[in-house]
Amino acid sequence: MKIGHPKNFWGGVLFAVIGLLFTVIAKGIKFGDSVLIAGYAMGTPARMGPAFFPFWLGLMLTALGVIIAINGIREQGGPDSAFPKFHWRPILLVLGAVVMFGLILKPVGMLIAGLLLVVVASVGSKEFKLQKAVILGTILVVFCAFVFVGGLKLPIPLCPDIESLQSSIGFCRG
Amino acid sequence: MEIFSNLALGFSVALTFSNIMYCFVGVMLGTLIGVLPGIGPIATISMLLPATFVLPPVSALIMLAGIYYGAQYGGSTTAILVNLPGEVSSVVTCLDGYQMARQGKAGKALGVAALGSFFAGSVATFLIAGFAPPLAELALKFGPADYFSLMVLGLIAAVVLAHGSLIKAVAMIVLGLLIGLIGTDVNSGVARYSFGLPELIDGIGIGTIAMGTFGFSEIIRNLEKGEGEREVFTKSIHGLLPNWSDIKQVAFPVLRGTSLGAMLGILPGGGPVLGAFSAYTLEKKLAKDPSRFGKGAIEGVAAPEAANNAAAQTSFIPLLTLGIPSNPVMALMIGAMIIHGIQPGPQIMTAKPELFWGMIASMWVGNFLLVVLNLPLIGMWVKLLTVKYDYLFPAILIFCCIGVYSISNASYDVLMAALFGFIGYTFIKLEVEPAPLLLGFVLGPMMEENLRRALLLSRGDPVVFVTRPISLTLLVLGAALILIVVSPAIAKKREEAFQE
Repeated sequence: MKIGHPKNFWGGVLFAVIGLLFTVIAKGIKFGDSVLIAGYAMGTPARMGPAFFPFWLGLMLTALGVIIAINGIREQGGPDSAFPKFHWRPILLVLGAVVMFGLILKPVGMLIAGLLLVVVASVGSKEFKLQKAVILGTILVVFCAFVFVGGLKLPIPLCPDIESLQSSIGFCRG
Repeated sequence: MEIFSNLALGFSVALTFSNIMYCFVGVMLGTLIGVLPGIGPIATISMLLPATFVLPPVSALIMLAGIYYGAQYGGSTTAILVNLPGEVSSVVTCLDGYQMARQGKAGKALGVAALGSFFAGSVATFLIAGFAPPLAELALKFGPADYFSLMVLGLIAAVVLAHGSLIKAVAMIVLGLLIGLIGTDVNSGVARYSFGLPELIDGIGIGTIAMGTFGFSEIIRNLEKGEGEREVFTKSIHGLLPNWSDIKQVAFPVLRGTSLGAMLGILPGGGPVLGAFSAYTLEKKLAKDPSRFGKGAIEGVAAPEAANNAAAQTSFIPLLTLGIPSNPVMALMIGAMIIHGIQPGPQIMTAKPELFWGMIASMWVGNFLLVVLNLPLIGMWVKLLTVKYDYLFPAILIFCCIGVYSISNASYDVLMAALFGFIGYTFIKLEVEPAPLLLGFVLGPMMEENLRRALLLSRGDPVVFVTRPISLTLLVLGAALILIVVSPAIAKKREEAFQE
């Protein structure tokens, strides 16, 4: 079987899978006495339980996904309809930098975390130069410190939290 | 006249020194991000949400609203000078605006765009003032069944009027509704879809989703595309003020654009993009010589610019009167209101008149400030266009990250936003617009609550949705919309319209 429009087909599959997940988790899975997923109470239309709305919405999403996927098999798309190429370099660098920022912000503070965020993400641009990225990062971090912490008084840690750092590497000292 | 005393109250709020300043900051930022391609009002408003925590609610909303309509002004500058839409709603302005710039008439195009927008903005402000009170009064009669039907109608309209595949947009809305349900169910106290994670018990924040799907995924998309050379017309900007014959030429197009945009802005799912497209199509149809369009016709700049600004402002009407968002930016505004402890809905007008009228009056103030910002200071914005994306995206990224973290001082939210960045990127790659997701996300819990109440009152009988006259009318309207779109003749026309 040839898929005429892979983009639509896989989009539909994605929707269907997500919809099914929501439905199944709402309803729960039970084999006789053993409970695999507990599920939520369904209730009656007059007294809707927490499972009621997501159960039906999930089924609806599954149905829509199946229709999109079936259309994706049948229709003939042009060259644009091929399964898209994911550019992993910017994905991993940008999102990786964000994840790293989230993980290290509290222990090392915004000054260091922000600088690293800018430098790592800049590697994703085509004309990356380390020196430029470091300068840009420094300017941005100082700017953010003044505006967000100094001006708007947002409680963002700026400097490394020595105590928590020590406790997290505490095992070194035995 | 009640409307004047109300507006007077509004201006007394909007014209305090601090509120003028916040309005100024809002429209200034709006123009900035409007001028810069690659960052839009959704990412910006969610970035600044935490920064407004310290402000009084009125000032916060005045500033956030300013970002939205300010972006409509800024977007046209980029469209005219670089042939790139700084904002999606200024795509059509590229067609004739850029041609005018190439003919050495960049100044005139910019001037007409800004003054047309100002006119449209002023009219729209008064329209909101006139239409909002009766609508809010009507909305007070709404029961839960009516609200549910209204949201169904809104979602249908949002899908019908959006561009791209219909069924994918519906699926995206349903996905948004489902994601909106994550977290503690208010009625039973059950934590749904939280997988035992304490962070998920309160649900996912709208700012987190917005910055992930609109901030991060946009950055990745721009990086993979690479930057083309931009040709900026910087030297030929003079003669900003239109002369008498220009004014005569654009007077009616601006009027038509304003009324069309104002109408389409009220519709759920309408908003600036649709307004601008329709206004351009209308002018082309009405023109004596349609072949001038695309070659630097001044009406082709004036009408869509008036329309997108009028629509940006009237899209506040459903938000302020019904508490229902008509587009993703309004969904964020609802998020902002709730963060500030304001329950959006028809009761705002009577319970918090100074907020309601202050916000409306601030829109006129903001439009006035925008003309000042855009005409004399145009040179400054043009300089910005020469900033490279390599310098821009790290700035966007760090603001987004700090913004996400600050919403509830949780590192966990930053990780969640990264996840949504990937989800958003995947959907864009599969040619699914992520915008309906935000709309569904905000409406999810509201719809469930109203459905639950409606069925509780009717003892589980779904007939209640067709026996109440308001609900029935709304559902019939929704069904009619679906029928219209599904009918083959109109489906074809719709495709043509979006092709242009």
